[in-house]
Formats: sequence, C-alpha cells, structure tokens
Amino acid sequence: MAERGLVASESLAGCRPRAARTVLGQVVLPGEELLLPEQEETDGPGVAGERPLRLNAGVRSRLRVVCGPGLRRCGDRLLVTKCGRLRHKEPGCGSSGGIYWVDSQQKRYVPVKGDHVIGIVTAKSGDIFKVDVGGSEPASLSYLAFEGATKRNRPNVQVGDLIYGQFVVANKDMEPEMVCIDSCGRANGMGVIGQDGLLFKVTLGLIRKLLAPDCEIIQEVGKLYPLEIVFGMNGRIWVKAKTIQQTLILANILEACEHMTADQRKQIFARLAES
Amino acid sequence: MKETPLSNCERRFLLRAIEEKKRLDGRQTYDYRNIKISFGTDYGCCIVELGKTRVLGQVSCELVAPKLNRATEGILFFNLELSQMAAPSFEPGRQSDLLVKLNRLLERCLRNSKCIDTESLCVVAGEKSRGLNSDPCAYQVWQIRVDLHLLNHDGNIIDAASIAAIVALCHFRRPDVSVQGEEVTLYTPEERDPVALSIHHMPICVSFAFFQQGTYLLVDPNEREERVMDGLLVIAMNKHREICTIQSSGGIMLLKDQVLRCSKIAGVKVAEITELIQKALENDQKVRKEGGKFGFAESIANQRITTFKMEKAPIDTSDVEEKAEEIIAEAEPPSEVVSKPVLWTSGTAQIGEGVENSWGDLEDSEKDEDEGGSDEAVILDKMKMDTGVEVSDIGSQDAPIVLSDSEEEEMIILEPDKNPKKISTQTSAKQEKAPIKKPVKRRKKKRTAN
Repeated sequence: MAERGLVASESLAGCRPRAARTVLGQVVLPGEELLLPEQEETDGPGVAGERPLRLNAGVRSRLRVVCGPGLRRCGDRLLVTKCGRLRHKEPGCGSSGGIYWVDSQQKRYVPVKGDHVIGIVTAKSGDIFKVDVGGSEPASLSYLAFEGATKRNRPNVQVGDLIYGQFVVANKDMEPEMVCIDSCGRANGMGVIGQDGLLFKVTLGLIRKLLAPDCEIIQEVGKLYPLEIVFGMNGRIWVKAKTIQQTLILANILEACEHMTADQRKQIFARLAES
Repeated sequence: MKETPLSNCERRFLLRAIEEKKRLDGRQTYDYRNIKISFGTDYGCCIVELGKTRVLGQVSCELVAPKLNRATEGILFFNLELSQMAAPSFEPGRQSDLLVKLNRLLERCLRNSKCIDTESLCVVAGEKSRGLNSDPCAYQVWQIRVDLHLLNHDGNIIDAASIAAIVALCHFRRPDVSVQGEEVTLYTPEERDPVALSIHHMPICVSFAFFQQGTYLLVDPNEREERVMDGLLVIAMNKHREICTIQSSGGIMLLKDQVLRCSKIAGVKVAEITELIQKALENDQKVRKEGGKFGFAESIANQRITTFKMEKAPIDTSDVEEKAEEIIAEAEPPSEVVSKPVLWTSGTAQIGEGVENSWGDLEDSEKDEDEGGSDEAVILDKMKMDTGVEVSDIGSQDAPIVLSDSEEEEMIILEPDKNPKKISTQTSAKQEKAPIKKPVKRRKKKRTAN
C-alpha cells in the first residue's frame, strides 16, 4: 500500500485516462491510467476571495489518497495493475481522498500486514516455527508469540498443525512474520486450530466476500448446522461440524457459493434444510 | 516453489472420511470424475479433462530413417511434460522421479501393447537382402510423436494422460504418400485426404488407490487422496478386457483377490471410457464433415464468476415515458436568462455578472509598488474626477479615448459601480476590495484626461 500526496494536474490528462470517480464499480484493466478527483471541489469559489495575495491561483491543497491492491503510483500517475472492479471508500474524517482499490479474482496470496491467515507449520527450528501461508515464502512464527507462552512454558505445536494468526511484518523481499496474540497479549481467537475438521482452499475473492460485514452466506450456513469455522485471508477455510458428512456438505457449499447467484444459493439452502 | 504441505487435520479427516466411504467431492468409491474430451482445430490435438486434471495431447509426424534393427517399422515416441503451470511444485527442466515413472508407464501402456500398427507406418522398407552397400537414408518410415502436457494437476495424471494419448492418436491424420520406384511423393491435405493411423485397440489406464494397507480402495484418486494413500495400482486394459500393463507401487502387499477385483472394476471402467472416446471422436468427425464450428474455443464453456456480482433491483419501466412527460408538464418553464452585453471600452465587453479576474490582483500589486510618490497621488486624484465622466462616456459608446501601450506611468482602474474616491484614499483598502470588483484596466494618456 502506498500513500499518496496528490497534485492532480490536467497536463497529463490528455483524453485517454479515465477519471477514477466515473469508473467506480466498473471493470478496469492492467495498464490503464486513472485520474483522481480534482481538488477544486474542496475550496469552492466562495472562499476564493480570501486569498488575494496568492499569485498562483492554480495551487491546490494536498489530498490524501491510499492506493489499495491493484493500483500503483507511478510518478504522479495512477496505474491499474490488476484486472477487476474499481472500488472506493470515503475516508473517515471528512475531506476528500480515501482509499481506492481493485476487487480482483485471484488465488495466489500475497502477505499483507494485519491480515488474519491460516498457516500450516512446516518446520520447527530452535525458537521459531516456519509456517506455510500460501505466499511466496513461508512465514516465521516465534514460540513466544502465543498467549501465555514463556521461555519455560512452550506452546504445544507440531509440524503439520494449523495456525490461525496475524501478520505483524509483511514487506516486499522480507520474510513475513506472524503472531498469535494481539497487542494486549491476548489470544483473541488466534492460536493452534484443533486436530479435527477440514481445511480447504478457495479463491481470495470468495474469502473477502464471505468476510464482508453484510454477508448473508455465513448466516445462512450457520442456520444449517452447528459449526466451527475459521476464514484465513490467504484463501484457506477450516470448517468443522458434528459429523464428517456435515463438514463435507458445508465445505462443498462454501466452495460452490462463488459461482452461484443469490437466488440459486437460497434454493440450495432451502433444499438442504429440508433434508 | 515448494509444495503446499498437507496438514495433519486434512490427513486425519481424509482417512476418516474414507473409512466412512465418503469422498471430498461426493463421489462413490468406484466413481470416476467427469471426463471431458475436446478437440483442437488441427488433427491430432485434444484436451482431456478428468475433473480438474487437464492434459493436452498433440500428435505430430515426420519421415525419418528407421531404426537399424527394425527397418520395416515406424517409430512411436511418447513424451509427457509436467510444467509449472500444472502445479507450482513441478520444477521445470528436471526429470523428477514421478515424471520418469509416468513416462515409462505410458510407453509400456501404449507402445509395448502394440496398439498402433507400426508396420503400416513404413514408407520405403529397408530390406536386409539389399546388403550393406545400399544407402540407409533411402529407407523411410513415419515417426509418430505424441506430446502430452499437463495443464492442471488435480491427481491421477496417468489416467488422464493415457486417455489423452490414445484420443490424440485416434484423431490424428498423417499426410498421404505414394511410392513410385525410389521416389516418394508426399501429398498435402488439399491434394489427397490425410490418412488415419491404424489402431488395433485402445489401452486405457485405470488407477486404484489403497489406504490403510489395502483395507480401503478408491478409483481415480484426486490430488489430496493421492497424498494420503499408501499404495497405487495401475491397470492398463482395452475394451476386450485384455490387460496391457499392470503396475503396483507404494510397497503394499496386495492379495490375489484384490488384484482380480481391481481388474474386474478396470474392465467396466475401460468399457465406459472407450465408449465415451468413440462418441467424442464421432461427434468431432460429424461436425467437421458438416462444416460446423470446431476447436478448443468452441468447446470451452464460459464459467462466470459471481463473487462480486451485485444483484440489480427490478425496475418497472412500463410507464416511464408517461411519467417523464407528466413531470415535464408539471415543471415550470425555465426562467429565461438574458444577459446584456456591456461594452466597457471598444474591444472589451462583458456578459453576465463576471467572476474574479486574476489580472486585477496582479495589477494591484504592481500599482502598490508604483504608488510611492506624492505626485502620483495627485495624478490619481485627477483621474478620479474624470472616472465618473468616463463611465458616462462609455455608456454612450462614444468615448474620445485613445488607448495606447506606449506610456506606462499612468495606470488606472476604473470602477464604475463604486465611489471613485475610495480607490484613491488607501491602497490597503483597495487591495481588499479589488478581487471582488470587476476592475477595468485602462492605460490612457494624460492628454485624453483633460
């Protein structure tokens, strides 16, 4: 993620790049250039009179824009690097700017600081566990990064165990680092996942959809069977229900949700509820 | 890239599910995944999909000198490639154990079973009786090369590859040749129809995965099942129930009964698959004959992603037009905006209210610097007096004003709607007002002012 202090300029506009405001929710393609909204909206013509001494009327105040995944700042141009829909989120405290990103469909995970992921322990070396998270490199996880862990009191983690944790370091060209505690030292749901249940992989887009605050799928699934479920932002889902059969059904439903419309989904859930 | 490790919980779950006779994708123990065969636009090119496992088969041919010990037989060559595209754990350019094993099995299944009549691939036969003095280059046979590429790996590569190989061979057409004396003529497809290879039978591999030392058996294991299996038994068979190859790997002890049962299952599966292949070949043949569309582009179904889809609310558009007309009828007609152009001087006109003129700022600041001397102030005062006159003059559009750029010393801002006195009093006061007003700048000669 790159933060951007922006000086929007018309000189580079030409006629080809599209304004970001006009393509919100539309499909953008890699290599496309976007223009950010102009600053003039913030200081309207009414205020103009208050600055008589300013010789250069073209100067605009700075505007904070965050480029999310799929966008990249290149000089003072904003380029699209992924194929998908352009999204925008208004910033919390007034003013303009905000966050722009591209909702794309992909399977390969790239670690992002703060993401909650499911990893598989691949090795124990000294005081560090190596955890496979599906990224280009395994993440490292210190044995002290568990709730209540001390030098004497080591957590019981075996090779092949599942870990639900959070990235604290996720930089380019650097080994990512995970922890299983929050800033207060509490587990907060993180740690080693139980020995039962099924792990399966879905696309990253589906995970984001399922984790959206207003997602109906999770509520509908919850009504079906009592279940335990963990979503990792790296596209892994761990699910456990009472029986193997139920677990399998849940896994297959969640996987199928990606290619179903809301109506089709409701039909299937209704059919399952009957049986 | 390293292979994604299999977690303990997956392994445990899979084994428990197999004990309960359940599989991850909802199949039964002896079920195959869906097989889909599609053909390319050229002969001898096909893609076989076995669930999510995909193999591309491509057959090509070439006229070469035969092998010395088999002078009357064509050459068959098989090559399976496992690219990184299939799975990130496959390393490019390295002969992994798995690849060697698969290639060997494929050769045994297709070449050693003599499913292709290699003698029919001979063009100019080499006769031993000709002796050593004859040129070995004169003998010519067809070399048939079968290239198989794994496009996606989801387990059971060998079954998919063997189906792809035999389908591609069945689909393939080689150019026709004729021999007259020593001369070999090769015909293009336009001149003579290419000829199909003569295929005696279709050997097809069927894989069986064994779990818990052979207690449980699964047909067509997928990738995750392959990772937890203990042993694998591959049986290559044709539809006449003739076993072409049988191979057991993984080091499990199988009983005679188990192998017999597997061969029975294989017989059923091979019959089904052969039928499917023949149907696919017939379909393709029919489409080509009828001149319909064929090729990969036609056979690949579009799978739509609905993850980010937002449902659109249905809108009733039946009475939109009436409504729009109603709204227009009810609305007040727009007030007519008439702006009168005002001509301040000849060549300077204004329409409407006007906005801030940034030139005014600039002039003001310039003038500030100028207005230092006392005599300037006097001049200004004089000017003030005639500004009023000037305005009226402008109104009559007959002002005796001569504009010239030659003399810079006097610059005046005329503000007709303001009290001219105010301008002269304080420069600071003027500064504040200036941007709001609409100053009209003029340079004029002293002479004209008089």
